[in-house]
Amino acid sequence: MSDFESELQRIADAVIAQAKPGEQLEAYVSRDSETDIRVYEGEIEHFVSAQSEGIGIRVIREGRTGFAYAGTLDDRAIAEVLAEARDNVEFGTPDEWAGLAEPDGVDVVRQELWSDVLAGFATDRKIELTKELERLAVAADSRVRIDDANYSDVAAENAVATTSGIRRSGRENGCYVSVSTLADDGDETQTGFGFSVGRSPEEFDLAKAAQEAADRATRLLGATKPSSRRLTVVLDPFVTAQFLGIISSTLNGESVIKGRSLFKDRIGEQVASPLFTLVDDPTNPLAYTATELDGEGLAARRNVLVEGGVLQGFVHNSYSARRAHTVSTGNAVRGGFKGTPGVGSLALQVQPGTRSQAELVSGISDGVLVQQVSGLHSGVNPISGDFSTGASGLLITNGQLGAPVREFTIASTLQRMLLDLIEVGGDVDWLPMRAAGVSLVIGDMTMSGA
Amino acid sequence: MGPDGTRAALGRLPEMIDQDVLTRVLGTAVKSGADFAEVFAEDKRSTSAGLDDGRIEQVTSGRDRGAGIRVVKGDTTGFAHTADLSEAGLLAAAVSAAAAASQGGGGVREVALTRRAGTQVNTVERSPDEVPKAAKVELLRRIDDAARSAGASIVQVSAGYGDSRRRILVANTEGVLAEDEQVRCLVRMSVVANGDAGMQTGFQSAGQTVGFEMFDSVDVEELARDAARMAITKLSARPAPSGSVPVVIKRGSGGVLFHEACGHGLEADLVAKGASVYRNKAGELVASPLVTLVDDGTMSTEWGAIGIDDEGHPSQYNVLIHDGVLTDYMWDYLRARKEHRAQSGNGRRQSYMHLPMVRMTNTYVLNGTEEPDEIVRATESGVYVAKLGGGSVNTATGDFVFGMTEAYLIENGEITEPLREGNLIGNGPQVLRDIDLLGNDFAMGNPGTCGKDGQGVPVGDGQPTLRVKTMTIGGTAA
Repeated sequence: MSDFESELQRIADAVIAQAKPGEQLEAYVSRDSETDIRVYEGEIEHFVSAQSEGIGIRVIREGRTGFAYAGTLDDRAIAEVLAEARDNVEFGTPDEWAGLAEPDGVDVVRQELWSDVLAGFATDRKIELTKELERLAVAADSRVRIDDANYSDVAAENAVATTSGIRRSGRENGCYVSVSTLADDGDETQTGFGFSVGRSPEEFDLAKAAQEAADRATRLLGATKPSSRRLTVVLDPFVTAQFLGIISSTLNGESVIKGRSLFKDRIGEQVASPLFTLVDDPTNPLAYTATELDGEGLAARRNVLVEGGVLQGFVHNSYSARRAHTVSTGNAVRGGFKGTPGVGSLALQVQPGTRSQAELVSGISDGVLVQQVSGLHSGVNPISGDFSTGASGLLITNGQLGAPVREFTIASTLQRMLLDLIEVGGDVDWLPMRAAGVSLVIGDMTMSGA
Repeated sequence: MGPDGTRAALGRLPEMIDQDVLTRVLGTAVKSGADFAEVFAEDKRSTSAGLDDGRIEQVTSGRDRGAGIRVVKGDTTGFAHTADLSEAGLLAAAVSAAAAASQGGGGVREVALTRRAGTQVNTVERSPDEVPKAAKVELLRRIDDAARSAGASIVQVSAGYGDSRRRILVANTEGVLAEDEQVRCLVRMSVVANGDAGMQTGFQSAGQTVGFEMFDSVDVEELARDAARMAITKLSARPAPSGSVPVVIKRGSGGVLFHEACGHGLEADLVAKGASVYRNKAGELVASPLVTLVDDGTMSTEWGAIGIDDEGHPSQYNVLIHDGVLTDYMWDYLRARKEHRAQSGNGRRQSYMHLPMVRMTNTYVLNGTEEPDEIVRATESGVYVAKLGGGSVNTATGDFVFGMTEAYLIENGEITEPLREGNLIGNGPQVLRDIDLLGNDFAMGNPGTCGKDGQGVPVGDGQPTLRVKTMTIGGTAA
C-alpha cells in the first residue's frame, strides 16, 4: 500500500514544494488512531479512544540540519513548524555528510500490512474477548489473580516527501491482547504476563496467552536464591530476543562510526561461534515488525549481519552510510513525527537449529534455564561489552529441569557470550519485538546468588 | 501569585480555553449520567539540542497542544483526546469519552467552576523561550570542551540540552478549575575514555523545574569534568565481585533505589489491586526505624516539582514511612474517591493523550545522624556505590535490579579500587529493613523520568549516605 494518493502525502508534498534554492526539505506526516480497553474483574476499567496526528520537518542547508514538529496538521501550525525548522538550521554545525536519503532503486517488497477485518471489528466484540482472556487466565490455575487484562489496536498512516525525490506513503494496522497475573502462595506473591498479537483479533490465541500468564506467575512460587557458580545457561526465546536488542546496538552503523561499538573494525573476523548467523529481515512477513519502508522512505530489505560467526556488516541509514563510505541498508528508524531518523535493526532473527528446548536441556549436567531477565539495559556496557543482569528461571540438573530460582544475576561479556554459544534451538518464537526469540545454550557464564 | 490564585506568569498568556466553553463541555460529558468528567488541556513548547562527535547535530523545536477528556461512570473510565481546542473539537471528544464510559441515559448536570490555587513551588526568571537558541547550543560546546580537556584518553563526548514550557489547565465536574505552568531545563552528557582494556563511559546530568537561570548556579563544565573523571577512573577498574556484601550508597546517588523498590509499592492503584508488597501494611513497621521516606511535589526547583498535579490538585509534602512505620500511600482522584479520603497531589500523566494515575514526584529518605566518613570506616569490607544507573522493579514482589555506573571496593574501612559495571540486586522491603547506618549528608540525585504503564513523567529522588547490611552484587569477576 505504498503509493496510494493519501491526504497525508498531499500535505507532505505541499511542504517540500516550498523549498528555497539551496535548501533540502523533508516532511514526515503521520496519523494514528488507537483503542485501548482495560478489563478488571469482569468490568471495563477504562476505554480509550484516541486519534493523533502531526508533522516533522527537517531542513538542511549548507550542511547544517534543523528540525521542528507539531502534534497537529492545521495549516498555521505547519507554517510555524517550517519556520522553526529553518530557524534551527542556523545553530547546527556544518557537516559534510548531512543530507536526506535519495532513491536507490531498491524495490519495495510488498506486504499485507492492513487488515480490513480489524478496521471493521466491532467494539463490543473487542470488549468481550478482553473479558474472555481474563476469565481464561483465572481459570488456568487456582492460585492466580488478575492485575489487568488489556486489548489494544492501532491504525497508522504516514507519508514522507523529500526534495531529493523520495515520495512514499503507507498504512498499517495491528492489535494485541495482554494479561498481567499475580499468583499467591501463603505470604509469597509472584507475577506473570501473557499476550497474543495479530493483524486482526481473529488471529489471537487467547487460551495460550492465558496459560502462559498463569504459568509465568506460578512457576516461580517457592523459588530460592541459588548458590554462586559458573555453569551452562539456556536462554528462553523471550530472553534471547532481549539480548538480541542489546547486540543490535553494537551492530549499529552510527555507533560504529562514532567509535562506540565493540565491533568497530572487525568486519570479516570471527566474532561468534560458527553456529551463530544473525539476519535483519523486515521483509519476512512472520516478523512482528515486518515493514515495507524504513524511516527515510527507502525500501526495507534483508541484511545479513553475522554469518557462521563471521561479522559481515553493520546497519545504516543514509547519514551513517555516507560517513562510512557505503550505502544505506534501509535501516533508518523513526519514532514518529517528533524526531529525525536514527539507525537501528528492524527485524532480527538468529538462524535456528533443529532441536527443541527439552532436547537442549537433556544434555546439560549443571545449568540454569533463564526465563526472565531484569535490568538488562542498565547492566550492559555496549562499548566494553561487560554485562550483568538480574534473572529468574529453573535449575537444570543431569538433563532435567528442577527447582525455581530467582534473585540472582548472570554475567559475562557480549563478546564471550557469542563465542561461548554451543547450540541454537529450533524453537523460533515471533514475539512482538524487533527481534524473534529462539533458545540459546551458552557454555559458560557466571551466576551470582547467595 | 495573583489575588485570584493564578500565577503571575500565566497572566501574560491568552486563556487556553474559555471558562464558559469548559462548563458546556463538562455538561455534555456527563449528560448521559456519568459521575465525573474532566477536561485536561495542555500546551507545551519544547526545545532540544544534541551534540555528538564534536558537532551540534541539530536543534529541534516541538509543539504539543491538545486536550484529554475523561468521563467516569461507576468503575468505568472513558477517555478521548483531541488536538483541536475549539469548542466543536472539545465537544466531539466529550461525546466520544462519554460514549466510551457509558451506554445508559441520564440527566443534565450544571457545573460551577471555581478557580483553585496551586502550590507555588518556584518562580521562573528566564523563560527558556525568551533565551536565544545560540545560548543553549553554547552550553553543549562548553561541555564538549571541558570533557575533552579532562584527559588524553577521552575519545568521545555526547551531550544533550532540553527545555520545556508546559501550560496545563484542569477543569472537572466537582468544580475544580486550576492552571499551572511547568518550566524545566536539563543537560545530560556521556563521556567515553579509551584505555588498554577497552572503552569506559561516564555520565552526568542536571535538571531543574526552573527557567534558564538554572545555568547561573549549575556549572556545566564541572559536570562534564566529573563525567570524564568517571570514565577515566573506570579504565583501571577491575571486574566487580559477585555475591552478598555490605553496600554503602553515596548521598544523592541511590534515591532511585527507594523510588523503584519502595515508592512504586506505595502507589494506591497498585495497592488496591493487591499488586504491591505493601498492601495491608499501613501502621506496620516496614523499614529500619532509621528510615523516614517522603514524597514531596512542593520541593522548590527539583525535577519532580509541580504546582498542581495533572488532576488539578495542589502538590503536597507526603510522609510515606515515618521512623520505619508505613504511614500512608500516594493517591490520585479515582483511588481517593473509592476510599473516601483526600487526594495527595500524586495524579499525574505524561501528556493530554494519557489518563492520569498515581505517580511519584520527588521521593527521598530524610537525614540520619551518622558522619558519612564514619559509615565507610565502620565497614570492614564491601562495595561503595557512587552512582547507580537505571533499573527495574517488580512491585508485587519488591525484587529489583540496578546497574552500578560508578562503584568501588571497600577494604578495611577504606574506599579502594574502582569496579567495572555490575548489577545490584535485592528485594525492596528487605533492603529497607537492612539499612543499619544512615548519614547526615542528604542530597538530591540526578533528574529522572519514571516510567509506568507506558507513560513517562519527570521525578526526583534523594538520600543521605547510607549502608545496607547485605545486598547481592552481580559482577563479572571469576
